[in-house]
Amino acid sequence: MMDIQELVEPFARMLQAIAPASTVRAIEQGARIDALWAEIAGSGYLDALVAERDGGAGLDGLCAHGLWQELGRHIVPLPVGETMIARALLAGAGVPAPGGPIALAVAAPGQDAMVPLGRVAEHVLVDDGRQLYLAPAASARGEPTGVAGDLGASMRWETLEGLAWIARPECGLRAMAAVLRAALIAGAADHLVTVTAGYCNDRVQFGKPIGRQQALQQNLAVMAEEALAARIASQIGCASGLTPSLAAAACAKSVASAAAVRIAATAHAVHGAIGISHDHDLQLYTRRLYEWRLSDGSEGYWNDLLGGAMLASADTAVDFARLHCR
Amino acid sequence: MFDSLTLAALPPEDEDIRPAIRALIADAIATLPTDRRARSWAGFDADFSRRLGAEGYLGLTLPRAYGGGGRGPFARFVVVEELLAAGAPVAAHWIADRQSAPLILNFGTEEQRQAYIPKICRGELFFCIGMSEPGSGSDLASVRTRAERTAAGWRLNGQKIWTTNAMHSDYMIALVRTSGTAADRHNGLSQLIIDLRAPGVTIRPIVDLAGDAHFAEVFFTDVDLPADALIGAEGEGWQQVVAELAFERSGPERIYSSVVLLDAWVGHLRSVGRDDRATRTLVGDFTARLAMLRAMSIACTARLAAGESPVVEASLVKDLGTSFEQELPVRIGDDLAAHPDEPVDAELHRTLLYVTHLAPSFSLRGGTREILRGIIARGMGLR
Repeated sequence: MMDIQELVEPFARMLQAIAPASTVRAIEQGARIDALWAEIAGSGYLDALVAERDGGAGLDGLCAHGLWQELGRHIVPLPVGETMIARALLAGAGVPAPGGPIALAVAAPGQDAMVPLGRVAEHVLVDDGRQLYLAPAASARGEPTGVAGDLGASMRWETLEGLAWIARPECGLRAMAAVLRAALIAGAADHLVTVTAGYCNDRVQFGKPIGRQQALQQNLAVMAEEALAARIASQIGCASGLTPSLAAAACAKSVASAAAVRIAATAHAVHGAIGISHDHDLQLYTRRLYEWRLSDGSEGYWNDLLGGAMLASADTAVDFARLHCR
Repeated sequence: MFDSLTLAALPPEDEDIRPAIRALIADAIATLPTDRRARSWAGFDADFSRRLGAEGYLGLTLPRAYGGGGRGPFARFVVVEELLAAGAPVAAHWIADRQSAPLILNFGTEEQRQAYIPKICRGELFFCIGMSEPGSGSDLASVRTRAERTAAGWRLNGQKIWTTNAMHSDYMIALVRTSGTAADRHNGLSQLIIDLRAPGVTIRPIVDLAGDAHFAEVFFTDVDLPADALIGAEGEGWQQVVAELAFERSGPERIYSSVVLLDAWVGHLRSVGRDDRATRTLVGDFTARLAMLRAMSIACTARLAAGESPVVEASLVKDLGTSFEQELPVRIGDDLAAHPDEPVDAELHRTLLYVTHLAPSFSLRGGTREILRGIIARGMGLR
């Protein structure tokens, strides 16, 4: 197994080159995704999680975490992490994957599902609770959410019959997607900590950088703690590979989701009015933190499941964390 | 930022320690009620500490040549986690095992190592740390306790306060001024090993708000100490203290101070059969954060095992961990009192109130929250 950084650094450099904020904004405004997708597909990273016997790189969960964190750090406006998951599952089942972007959804027939990046996906891997269907995006009735800049879509399949399907992993697609969201949150959070600390050192008020104010220093320290909590928790979610335990996924998404809103709040508080403006990049990040928090179960959803499992066990708190949240 | 902190696993050979230490602990705590176990690392039992020493559970990070376990920080993590999770009384050996012995190993002379470390590892010598003074709390560089050179060694005058376990300890390692004045700040400070039975040492226990006497004030009046009471280099005391901080601030004791209460509350929920959505969500929130904090503490332990001194990272762990420890009694109290018709046994009630009352100290001891956040901010490039 390669060192994680050896894998992640070239990926991060590529994203920096091909997905600057201007590209993110253009795609949000409806620009074509073909060029950006071609670069990413051509890099080979889409098969990072496909097992080696199936022709992929066979990376482990923590390597995947490193890649996903970079996708969050660069707020890549395409379902790259989702496609990595889908391609690994499809390859494992011996089903050829389509070449385009694949989003993830949990939806029974006739049920509306909020699908992050649904508007820029060609296919959606749909978990109906029994099987995973590979559905062309065009096979769904899809509506934009109407939220400013949002690439998500509300999608609905009246029937999934006749579509190619594969076996559903026991943990379900929601747990896998939740761990991806947690890693994305961790990446964007880390970026915001860096730029917010930088802004504190640049912005002068009362004759000195605002970063010299103890009140801000205390808030920034807490922000760094929250970002670290999101990183470590999301790594717990990834530690056992593509299919997390319920407790590991819950820990990851609960902690990351709770951190996401607090990190966004501090970033905005420090940046002041300019951070609310469309032209400033801060909103590109905070809008996604809010979206990822709400996608695939908020902290409340996962805490409910995790607490139920904890109460149903006979374990002490430390033993439960040690034995199950991994 | 702080990229070095990343998920790490406890090595299997260290995990293997768990069953044996668990059996030893079960025996020691069998008769302790929950509210005694909630004393956590303030619970004192010299016999238990000696038993741990005899069984090889103290000094795990220290070389075998000095009677240590020749293992490393991961092995110590496992043992400490088991002790704290169970609420075993560890106060007697706590400071010596965590800080004093590693300090003596790192900065002491060969004679000092031979004199102290084997006995610490056997659980026979107990240490306390003399930091705070009446005029020096967070501003530690302002200490005024002073040691003057004499023909035979040192003469010590001054006072320490809030010293945990001074009245039960054999020795204190104190930060004192050996040259200059308080205006010299970090310069001119040294660390001395003080025999607490030496003439001129007076120890007065201070009763805390829970009725326990776990800390004390210690007075030094013309206390004559031998030349080899100095540990490390004269004038290097501040640097030596800073080097200890990563050990002091990143361990499970910064996460688990309320964990006996947490388990008692979960036990209560199971026994009354309450598992509605609000209850599950609260239990889940605590569980998720406990798992995250535990992983963060292990990540910090991995940096220690790699020979680093992750002081800023340890501050992150301690601030987050103590916030969690403090939140537990607040929210558990709300939960129990939100169900006034549900019977709560007296032991759980006493445990809740004990932890509630002591919780403010969790973010005072070992560096206050505000000081830690200042350290973190500096680590982020602010100031």
